[in-house]
Amino acid sequence: MTQQPLVKISDLHVLFKGQKNVCAVNGLSLNLLPGQVLGILGESGSGKSVTLKALLRLLPAHKTEIRGLIEVLGRNVMSLNAADLASFRGGIASMIFQDPMLALDPVYTIGDQIAEVVTRHHGLKRRDAMAYALDMLKKVRIPSPERRLKAYPHEISGGMRQRAMIALALAGNPKLLLADEPTTALDASVQMQILLLLRELQKESGMGMIFVTHDIGVAVEICDVVAVMYAGQIVETGTIRDIVKDPKHPYTKGLLAANLHGAERGKRLETIPGSPPLLESAPTSCSFAPRCAYTQAVCRLKAPEAVTISKNITVRCILETNMNS
Amino acid sequence: MFIYALKRLIYVLPVAIGVSLICFMLVHIAPGDPLISVLPPDASADLREQIRRSYGFDRPLPIQYWIWLKNVFQGDFGTSIATGRPVVEELRKAIGNTIILSLIATLIGFFFGSLFGFVAGYHRDTVIDKIASFISVIGVSVPHYWLGMVLVIIFSVQLGWLPATGAGPGGSSAWVWDWTHIKHLILPAITMSVIPMGIIARTVRALVADILSQEFVQGLRAKGLTDRGVLRHVIKNTAPTALAVMGLQLGYLLGGSILIETVFSWPGTGFLLGQAIFQRDIPLLQGIILVLAMFFVFLNLIVDVLQSALDPRVQRG
Repeated sequence: MTQQPLVKISDLHVLFKGQKNVCAVNGLSLNLLPGQVLGILGESGSGKSVTLKALLRLLPAHKTEIRGLIEVLGRNVMSLNAADLASFRGGIASMIFQDPMLALDPVYTIGDQIAEVVTRHHGLKRRDAMAYALDMLKKVRIPSPERRLKAYPHEISGGMRQRAMIALALAGNPKLLLADEPTTALDASVQMQILLLLRELQKESGMGMIFVTHDIGVAVEICDVVAVMYAGQIVETGTIRDIVKDPKHPYTKGLLAANLHGAERGKRLETIPGSPPLLESAPTSCSFAPRCAYTQAVCRLKAPEAVTISKNITVRCILETNMNS
Repeated sequence: MFIYALKRLIYVLPVAIGVSLICFMLVHIAPGDPLISVLPPDASADLREQIRRSYGFDRPLPIQYWIWLKNVFQGDFGTSIATGRPVVEELRKAIGNTIILSLIATLIGFFFGSLFGFVAGYHRDTVIDKIASFISVIGVSVPHYWLGMVLVIIFSVQLGWLPATGAGPGGSSAWVWDWTHIKHLILPAITMSVIPMGIIARTVRALVADILSQEFVQGLRAKGLTDRGVLRHVIKNTAPTALAVMGLQLGYLLGGSILIETVFSWPGTGFLLGQAIFQRDIPLLQGIILVLAMFFVFLNLIVDVLQSALDPRVQRG
């Protein structure tokens, strides 16, 4: 069963240059099959969003250094020229942002902003594009879509804005949807609706999706496979079932233990001591070692290799390396 | 939209009344007797009294104000003490000349200001930005009467290409759009355009840089817009604020610049205002100040209405 992957990232490095350098992503590799939903899980600053933005080449070119291979449908994203890149964005891969209030243009109507995608990627005239935009709003089940079409982003609620953002992102019929914490800025009750909507639309169109979140409860709802990220690296990948049932990496264990869902009332929540590294230079040893309860001398000397435990599970930890050698 | 415009128009009324009151009072508060300039130094007390009465200066201030306001509404601003001609006539000529000068200066200033601002904001922290910002800082900080004199020295005195003063052979009342007249316009217009250019360039640069750093610009790129498509969005986002600044600048320029119009002897409102002040020509002074203030009030009205048309977030209706 060797399918061509929808997304193939190998050994991706992203370095932000400035007064202080930040090595945001350090040798990240991942594959996404068509129709699959991959969750990238990790705390703030672990490089999740940066990875997504690198996929669309949205990072400011003069301040970032990107190395490694990014392929979508076999095409190298890093070598696309300006025109191809513009068609790629929104047409093949598109993105939903964390806060739709910030991600939508405040002085254009919702309809105009969706229609812009339609004219751009389907070549429709404005009138037809508006009709298409209305269909998209119906598809994401915005109440009274005709009215919302003419509304400005500040005139509708947060949940509706995110629905509009989804309509906008899907208007170009992308094969790949990148979702950057799309439910974080929403009310808990609206979160679930948006997640269900996304899952439904994803199943219906068969597109692949990369879903970035820091909330494992959200990941459980929507993802098939999960990649846990720490300090710009993937420390563990596996199906959502395996990760939740039997986490291997100490960081994943810590994340799961710190989860609110199913926590007992009155009992102190587990936390991971310490905070993530600053990443001013690329890590040469295990980045998690300073916070890890199982640290050995070797952890501080060299970076652990990724170990494939079974068909679906890969872990980057010395404990697994030792166990399997 | 229409209702908003109407509402704003109603708000203008109290402002206009306040402005007229201040115009009237200011001139009367200022020290000095307006009649000194028309009366011979050895005039008798009788004559003095007679003239005072003929101008209405002997009556209580509120009555003077009321009469003045009533006349203003009928288009009668009184008679200039210095020239004996109706103030309206003097004003009409001066305003015409000032509008010619300031509109041209505005066009030049807004065009280059927006251009420099946009380029600088778009290429922030690059050499292009530094050059454009440098030009705009000079525009804001150079004394424009000095710049005017320097231009006169170079282009009129040294090179002899352009005339140094006046509004052309027709004098103050016969402007024609031909080369002999336009020649006279070039130097003052350029001098005058430097101020709004600098201010608008700086405003637009800050706006563009701010908008480009907002997340929705990434959103626009993410949906496949090219640089040109993104630029369209940036312009529409910049427009409301830029417009407000431009309206204010246009207001200042329409007021005429006393310094520039004096340096170039351009027969506009600024020049006239200067004369009226030195001659204590109260009716003329009141007329000019009122008209200039009204320019401002109505420009602000227009800018407000335009802004609400361009920016959906500005409260409407």
